Amino acid sequence: MTTNEAPLQSENALLESREQQTLGAYIQTYLQRVRAGALGPLPIIIGIVAVAIFFQSRNAAYLSPNNIVNLIMQMSGIALIAFGVVFVLLLGEIDLSVAYVSGVAGVIATILMRPPHNLEWYLTVPIALLAALGIGTLQGFLITTFQLPSFIVTLAGLLAWNGAILLLVGAGGTVGIPASPFREIANVYLPPELGLGFVVVLVVAYAATQFIQLQSRRAQGLNAKPITIIGIQIAILVVLAVGVVLIVNQDRGLPLIGAIVIVTLIVLTFITRNTRFGRYVFAVGGNKEAARRAGIRVERVRLYVFMLCSFMAGVGGIILASRLKSVSANQGGGQLLLNCISAAVIGGTSLFGGRGAVYSAVLGALLIAMVENGMVFLRLETGWQFIITGIVLVLAVIVDSLSQRSQKRSGLA
Amino acid sequence: MEAPPLLELKGVSKRFGAVQALTQVDFAVRAGEVMALVGDNGAGKSTLIKGIAGIYPFDEGETFFDGQRVTIHNPREATALGIEIVYQDLALADNLDVVANMFLGRETMQGIQLDEARMELAAIETLTSLSVSTLRSVRTPVAGLSGGQRQAIAIAKAVLWNSRLVILDEPTAALGVAQTRQVLNLVRNLAAKGLGVVIISHNLHDVFECADRITALRLGQKVREFITKETNQQEVVHAITAGALQYVPGMKES
Ligand SMILES: Nc1ncnc2c1ncn2[C@@H]1O[C@H](COP(=O)(O)OP(=O)(O)OP(=O)(O)O)[C@@H](O)[C@H]1O
Ligand SMILES: [Mg+2]
Repeated sequence: MTTNEAPLQSENALLESREQQTLGAYIQTYLQRVRAGALGPLPIIIGIVAVAIFFQSRNAAYLSPNNIVNLIMQMSGIALIAFGVVFVLLLGEIDLSVAYVSGVAGVIATILMRPPHNLEWYLTVPIALLAALGIGTLQGFLITTFQLPSFIVTLAGLLAWNGAILLLVGAGGTVGIPASPFREIANVYLPPELGLGFVVVLVVAYAATQFIQLQSRRAQGLNAKPITIIGIQIAILVVLAVGVVLIVNQDRGLPLIGAIVIVTLIVLTFITRNTRFGRYVFAVGGNKEAARRAGIRVERVRLYVFMLCSFMAGVGGIILASRLKSVSANQGGGQLLLNCISAAVIGGTSLFGGRGAVYSAVLGALLIAMVENGMVFLRLETGWQFIITGIVLVLAVIVDSLSQRSQKRSGLA
Repeated sequence: MEAPPLLELKGVSKRFGAVQALTQVDFAVRAGEVMALVGDNGAGKSTLIKGIAGIYPFDEGETFFDGQRVTIHNPREATALGIEIVYQDLALADNLDVVANMFLGRETMQGIQLDEARMELAAIETLTSLSVSTLRSVRTPVAGLSGGQRQAIAIAKAVLWNSRLVILDEPTAALGVAQTRQVLNLVRNLAAKGLGVVIISHNLHDVFECADRITALRLGQKVREFITKETNQQEVVHAITAGALQYVPGMKES
C-alpha cells in the first residue's frame, strides 16, 4: 500500500485505510495474501476447471446442455446438506449424522402422506423439517449441555437415525411418494424466460449492493474496493450466471432445486458475513475462550449451529427423496455422508475451524457431482469413482493444512 | 469523607481442588489511579482478576463496585459494570480482523446487519487517539500483528467502551523496549482519563514507572500494600518473596 500524495498519512499509518486504494495496491495485497496461503476458492476453481477439461476431452457430450442440467440436479441435494456442514466445520466441530437425518426427513414426509395417515404434502414436508430441526436440537443440547464431543454424539445419531429409517420403512422396503408437489419439486424446471429473469435479477441486485456499499464507504472516508475490481467481478458473474442459464435453456431449463440452492446460498452467506450470529460463529471457531470472555453465549451459538445443520440436512433430504420419487430403507445411506462432508472441505472450508465460506458447499458439491457423473459417462466402475473422490478429498485436506500452516507462519490465520 | 474505591474486594478466597489459590484477600482500586498487583508465579494474581471478571466466582468474600455490593457471575456482568480485562493470553480471535475483535460481543448494528463502516471508523478513531501508530490497516486479521500491536488493540477496546476499570495481566511481558514504553504510556493515559487501572507485572521497573500503589500477593495471600512513592524495589521484592503470611498455607480459616 504505497501512496505518493501523503504528507498527512505518514504521521499515522492508520489513516492509510481512509485513503482510496489504487487498483495496483489492491491486486498486490491480494497476491500477498494468496502467497501467504489465504487461497480462498482458488484451489477448488482450478479443480473444477481441470475435471471439466479432463472429462470433456474424453467425451464431448460431458458439457452438453443436457448433462449440465444433470449436474445441477446431482449437486443440489449434496449442496443443501453441505451448507449446514460448513457452519459446523466453522465451529471446528463435525456432524456425522447429516446423511441419515436427511433420510429421516425424506421418509417422514413420504410416510405421513400414505395410509393410514393420508396427510397433505404441505403438512408432511414442514413436519419432516421440524423433525430434522428437533434432531439437531437434541444433538446440540447433548453436545453443549454435557460438553460431549460432537464427533461422538453425532456418531450415535448416525446409528440411531439409520435405525429409525429401517423401522419406518421396513428392511429392504421402498415406499413411493404419492403424486404431489413434494414428489415433483426436484423434477421441475423454470421456463426459459423465468430462469433468465431469475439470474438477471440476482446479478443486478448484487451489482446494486456493491455500488451502494462503495458509495457509503467512500462517503464516510473509508477505503473501498477499487471500482475496476467490482466491475470485473460483476462481469464474471454476468458471464457465468447468464451463460449457464442460456445453456440449460437449450435443454430442460434451470432446475427449480438449482434456484433453491442459489437462494439458500445467498441467505446463508448474508448470515455468515453480515449478521451478529455469523460473526459469533467465526469467533467461536477461531478462539472459543476469547468469544466467551467477550460475553458471547458460546454454547447457545453452538446449539443454533447444530440445529441449523440438521435443518439443512432435512431440506436436502426432501429434495433427495423427491429426485427418486420414493424413499427406501437405505435412505441417507451409501456415499451421502462422505459426499456432504467432503463437499464442504473440498470447497475450502477448514476442518480446523474459523475459516471457510458458505459457497464452499456449492463448489465442493459441484466437483463431487462432476466426478460422479463423469465416471458414469466414461463407463468406469463405481470403485474408481470412490477412489478418485477419496484422492480429491485428501488433496483438499492437504491444501487446507498447508495453507493453514503457511498462514500461521506469515501471521494471517 | 473520601469517596469509596471504584472496586473493593473484602476477604475473597478461591480454591481449585487441592490448591488454595487465594486466601482472604482484601484489594481496592480507586478511580484515576494505577494499582499494580505483584507476586511470584502462582501467587494468585491471575486468579484474582479472573474472579473480578466473573470467569469463575470466588468461593467466599465480598465485592463492592462504587461502594455498592455486587456479585459478578459472568464476563457479561463485569462488562456491564464497566470492567474491561486485558488478559495475559490476550483473548483475541486470530481469524477475525482488528475491527471485529475490538467490537466482539458488542457489535454496532444497523437493523439485523453489522454496521461495518461505523465500527471501522470508531476503531480507527480510538486507535488514533491513543497514538497507536504502527498498525497498517484495521482490516488485517490480528494473527498477523506483533505482541505490542495486539496489546494496544486490547487496551484500545477498553477506551472504546468507556470502561471505568481496566485490568491488564502482564501487558508488557513479551514486549521490546519501545513497545513496553508505548504500553506503559497507554496505561498512564487511561488513569489520566479518570479510569481505575490494575496492572499485573513481574517487572518491578515497569511497576515503579507507572503505578501509584502496589499490592503484593504471596501464596494466595495479600502480604502488603505499598504507596509507590513511599517505598523502593527492595521492600517490594522482600514482600513478594518472604512477606509474612497471615494464614497457614493450606489451612482454611473459619
Ligand atoms: N483453573 C485452575 N485449575 C486449577 N488450579 C489453578 C487454576 N488456575 C490457577 N490455578 C492454580 O492457582 C494458583 C494461582 O495461579 P495464578 O494463575 O493465579 O498465578 P499467577 O499469580 O497469575 O502466576 P503467573 O505469574 O505465573 O501468571 C497456582 O497454583 C495455579 O496452579
Ligand atoms: Mg498469571
